[in-house]
Amino acid sequence: MAERLRLDPIRCDGYGMCAEVLPELVTLDDWGYPIIVDGPIPRHLLAHARRAVEVCPVLALRLQRVEAGGQGASGAGSGQVTTGGS
Amino acid sequence: MTGSIAHDAPSTALRVLAGPPPGAGPERHVDHLARLGALPPARDLRDVIPVLEASGLLGRGGAAFPVGRKWRAVAERSAGDAVVVVNGAEGEPRSAKDRALMEHRPHLVLDGALAAASAVGAREIVLYVGSEHVAAQRALAQAVGEREREIGVHVRLVTPPVSYVAGEATAAIHCIDRGDARPTFPDVRPHERGVGGRPTLVQNAESLAHAALIARFGDAWYRTAGRGPTRGTALVTVTGLGGRMAVREIEYGTTVAEVAGLVGAALAGTSVRGARSRGANPGGSMRARAGLAPGLGAVPRAGEDRGPGAVLLGGYFGGWAALDDVRDAPLDPAVLREHDLAFGCGVLSFAGAGTCGVRATAEIMGYMAAESAAQCGPCVFGLAAIAEALRRLAQGTAGDGELDRIEHWAGLVEGRGACHHPDGAIGLLRTALPVFEAEFARHQARQGCSALPVKAA
Ligand SMILES: Cc1cc2nc3c(=O)[nH]c(=O)nc-3n(C[C@H](O)[C@H](O)[C@H](O)COP(=O)(O)O)c2cc1C
Ligand code: SF4
Ligand code: SF4
Repeated sequence: MAERLRLDPIRCDGYGMCAEVLPELVTLDDWGYPIIVDGPIPRHLLAHARRAVEVCPVLALRLQRVEAGGQGASGAGSGQVTTGGS
Repeated sequence: MTGSIAHDAPSTALRVLAGPPPGAGPERHVDHLARLGALPPARDLRDVIPVLEASGLLGRGGAAFPVGRKWRAVAERSAGDAVVVVNGAEGEPRSAKDRALMEHRPHLVLDGALAAASAVGAREIVLYVGSEHVAAQRALAQAVGEREREIGVHVRLVTPPVSYVAGEATAAIHCIDRGDARPTFPDVRPHERGVGGRPTLVQNAESLAHAALIARFGDAWYRTAGRGPTRGTALVTVTGLGGRMAVREIEYGTTVAEVAGLVGAALAGTSVRGARSRGANPGGSMRARAGLAPGLGAVPRAGEDRGPGAVLLGGYFGGWAALDDVRDAPLDPAVLREHDLAFGCGVLSFAGAGTCGVRATAEIMGYMAAESAAQCGPCVFGLAAIAEALRRLAQGTAGDGELDRIEHWAGLVEGRGACHHPDGAIGLLRTALPVFEAEFARHQARQGCSALPVKAA
């Protein structure tokens, strides 16, 4: 099953270590906060992605399984996930 | 379940606000019962979810999520231990409908919460009412007192501090659990794990009042109101037409001009200017992309009262529209969405043609930046950067390329907060740019402000 990077924007302090080890998928915005390419991580970048998760000093990054098709988090059974209406 | 009810269902447009006039204060329980009868018994309320789903009732906190579907999601996860949160935070500065409803029809809101508790399997109700809405708190507390012996669940009142984001669902749960009304970034949604780790239904106060009527009178009755695809009635708050904020109940599909009429204000030039707008826009679209609002960029003579020129629909999570384009637009979430407009929480805030759209937008974005819960970098720094640039534009001290920078930052902020606060703000900004296009261009070119120095209403 494919995986994607999930960033907790509340935890993230913008140190940018993740962008250093995974520049293919992470760039930094004007204020130093990571912009992450969404969607399943290409197989050849998985090791780097795991490394990015490890180097984050505040544990703001996680790997998360994605269903086939690349949308949504595992265990998210309801449409509320995408609406923000919950 | 509705067959044995002897009481008359409220007819058409006045439903949740039917009953004694506003001056009469909070409706007492005896009067509420005499008017509407009792809620169906708890064992019947367990079957109300399909009725709610069939009614098509949409949430009134702004996101228009189907209420029945949300109750089902909580019911599926509840082991009889769920929590119902009545969301009466109403932090939106231009909205007053939730507090008006809680203050005048506390028993109807309470009925909705009790029906929800029976339907989803909850043993606790939290009345989450903004600390500034004192009359609403008092009315609800009194209503609970009047029905103490009848209510079989634990009910408590939690009052979040005055803030825009306190009403966001995860902020509400955070506040109830830990006294901290800032949003969180949970792994699972509130319907799975919310207050005290239990499945939680966070529902807007108005949504619950409608649900209380549907539980009594059924989905077919609910659907008799409404003129277009979205059925039922909705509360709206009208500001900017002189006088105080006005709360009215309308049938979905009522037009913008009709709502103005309801609060006693005729929108000037309805036929002539409306016709011209439609002529230039043969598809009947309510908002063309560019070159809009012929009146807004023009120089009004000082002191001339030209009536409203634009309207903010849906509050600070909604968007601006040129009045010429939406005068006859139906207030129906489904129709508005097709035109990139929002019904949101039902705010219609009119701004005079003498209002500077740049200044009005700068003030709102300044407010939204200040109301960031200051947790997520892009929300904190992005909204602040945009608000500062807008302030420079409004004050006539724009640097070169200010508008381009604003657009660039808008793209960086969207979708990157833990909650939708920045997305709402950016959505509003994106509507302001085309609606006040001429005014923005003039400010960017430092050609001064063409409008009268009037604040947005
Ligand atoms: C920044 C922010 C502020 C919000 N404030 C409120 C509020 O004051 N009242 C409210 O009912 N919903 C508010 N919401 C929406 C809630 O998160 C939630 O969707 C809503 O209470 C669900 O009820 P409904 O489905 O009946 O609309 C807010 C959302 C956001 C992102
Ligand atoms: S390493 Fe962690 S804290 Fe630093 S920018 Fe990346 S996610 Fe944010
Ligand atoms: S997006 Fe903004 S308002 Fe929402 S949690 Fe983050 S900092 Fe707070």
